[in-house]
Amino acid sequence: MAQMNMLHAINEALSIAMTADERMVIFGEDVGHFGGVFRATSGLQEQFGRDRCFNTPLTEQGIAGFANGLASYGMTAVAEIQFADYIFPAFDQIVNETAKFRYRSGNQFDVGGLTFRTPYGGGIAGGHYHSQSPEAYFTQTPGLKVVIPRNPEQAKGLLLASIRDPNPVIFFEPKRLYRASVGEVPAGDYIIELGKAQVIKQGSDITVLAWGAQMEVVEKACERAEKEGISCEIIDLRTISPWDVETIAKSVTKTGRLLINHEAPLTGGFAGEIAATIQQECFLSLESPINRVCGLDTPYPLIHEKEYMPDELKTFEAIKATVAY
Amino acid sequence: MSNAPLTNETVHRVSFLDKASLHIPILRILQADGTTYENAVLPVIDKALADKIFDTCVFTRVLDERMLGAQRQGRISFYMTCTGEEASIIGSTAALDKDDVILAQYREHASLRYRGFTTEQFMNQMFSNEKDLGKGRQMPIHYGSRELNYQTISSPLATQIPQATGVAYGMKLQGKRNVAICYFGEGAASEGDFHAGLNMAAVLKSPTIFFCRNNGYAISTPTEEQYAGNGIASRGVGYGMHTIRVDGNDMLAVLAATQQARAHALEHNAPVLIEAMTYRLGAHSSSDDPSGYRSKEEEAKWQQHDPVKRFKLWMVNKDWLTEADEAKLFERYREEVLAAVKVAEKLPIPKLDEIIEDVLDKPTPALRKQLKELKEHISKYPKAYPKSAGRL
Ligand SMILES: Cc1ncc(C[n+]2csc(CCOP(=O)(O)OP(=O)(O)O)c2C)c(N)n1
Repeated sequence: MAQMNMLHAINEALSIAMTADERMVIFGEDVGHFGGVFRATSGLQEQFGRDRCFNTPLTEQGIAGFANGLASYGMTAVAEIQFADYIFPAFDQIVNETAKFRYRSGNQFDVGGLTFRTPYGGGIAGGHYHSQSPEAYFTQTPGLKVVIPRNPEQAKGLLLASIRDPNPVIFFEPKRLYRASVGEVPAGDYIIELGKAQVIKQGSDITVLAWGAQMEVVEKACERAEKEGISCEIIDLRTISPWDVETIAKSVTKTGRLLINHEAPLTGGFAGEIAATIQQECFLSLESPINRVCGLDTPYPLIHEKEYMPDELKTFEAIKATVAY
Repeated sequence: MSNAPLTNETVHRVSFLDKASLHIPILRILQADGTTYENAVLPVIDKALADKIFDTCVFTRVLDERMLGAQRQGRISFYMTCTGEEASIIGSTAALDKDDVILAQYREHASLRYRGFTTEQFMNQMFSNEKDLGKGRQMPIHYGSRELNYQTISSPLATQIPQATGVAYGMKLQGKRNVAICYFGEGAASEGDFHAGLNMAAVLKSPTIFFCRNNGYAISTPTEEQYAGNGIASRGVGYGMHTIRVDGNDMLAVLAATQQARAHALEHNAPVLIEAMTYRLGAHSSSDDPSGYRSKEEEAKWQQHDPVKRFKLWMVNKDWLTEADEAKLFERYREEVLAAVKVAEKLPIPKLDEIIEDVLDKPTPALRKQLKELKEHISKYPKAYPKSAGRL
């Protein structure tokens, strides 16, 4: 075990994966010698050469299409999209191509060796275009896995699992935690299974569910709630698609209440999907309506960022309201 | 057939064309000492225009220097300079009519200043205060002004390029004698939107000026890793439009090229591509440190091609300017910018109600409900939301 921040953990995962798999290449805007604008790929070009870690021209559409081609030819492709806000120029390649390669060819071709890494989320004074959480756009598309880690240890294990998963994965990295989240990370090679949520804390009154950077927020909110005598069960979804219905349903059956928190706008966000499913799975156990604390239905604002965020206090209030329903 | 090949020449053994086949000269009018080349054809320029251009240069230098300082002191969160590229930006804008629409990338605040954006307006945007025309929603430097025909900056790169094609096509249909100009870097010219925008403009005959600031780098990526062809200019030719490459540090060359590009666009309802060869003297943004990817020697070399200095020498040679005038101008703008910072940073942020405005033309019922709940929440925890709690 060693203490490190999330960027360091991601860098270590990439280096381990490249060492183990000589067909793996990493590319994207500024990822070469410079190591990426956040420095997640620092040192990889020096370590593995320019053929395996390189800058691409500035085109997300090109990066995604190129990645599809590479992966369809048996390479392991790890493509960086500099900010999740800039994944949209690649949207067609990802949702129409990456996601459907296997299905449309009757499994003759696939791009399972492809992973997109991209920093997402707000709280960094980035305004509209450096703060979005676009995961729900991709969960609507069958054929993709969507993964979001919450801390360095998770980032390393989930990223290694994503790279090795035989399906294309979009790996969203919570950029406000890149340097802020520091923790113990196991040494060497390990994976954390995809598609499994993690119960972080057991509780009996309410299940509080989130992912990525919002885990910190809900943990703090739950601490406050505990002081008022409310016992919270906290779950990190980790893989947003396909998501772990069983673990959530089991927890909600026990607690009778569910609160979901995400940073993306409320309407059409993934919390809606979870609420609908859990309502069906756990109807007879529910003691209050499933609650959501999410971003507002506006573009991500700059100066009112604090007001916009589904923060600790809003979550705390929602926990109390749900329990008192 | 309009799309027939331009020549009927045939050859009978394989012979490929390469980037060297396309000979693209660079237009240069001003020499380093401020004199013009002997046979150079000058742009249309008089003292009043030269004064306005120089004034904009000085203001922009001062703004960049002071705001980068303000960013380092933590007074604003982010900044981007256009240092080194003033001739490209100001020289091209000075060739336009005030009703020509500008669609910029983000590094072209000098254009906005040339059009008359006030020092206060710059500050209001950067400090996201209640007077910001963009209502505090975007990061510093994302300016926009309807009054000045300068569309609001959007961060996703190159999206403005096909939009400019559409704007100019609208002008044509409305019978306006105007063009749209769109600025972008050589990095952004790799995006799909660039190719779509140029092709549409050429085919649909849209009077658009595509202005590429080829400044050597896209963040850390040098041009050798951005494209393998003959710069961006070769693409204009490929799409079938009039194209010119200019020395982007030569105010007179940029001005002359853009004046004629504009005339051509209007006369023929056709797009034009201008590639200005320049250099991004500063960092990419206040979050970037260029020492990780380029040498001090390289930067120093380009310092010697300072576009503002070259233009100043020309004005001095013509007796339109003295060193003393220049010093006075710098001093005046330094004071003006500092004073404006002090005022702007004290103004309150926009009211919370504005957060739900302009999502659509009117806030939806869902948004009204969200605002109401947000206000109730803030009233309960006013200390946690100090910037808006006092004025709900
Ligand atoms: C679609 C998109 N991808 C990535 C980015 C991140 N980004 C911002 S500026 C920049 C480099 C742009 O370089 P260039 O177009 O050459 O302009 P310059 O900064 O040199 O003026 C990048 C990659 C973005 N804003 N939009």
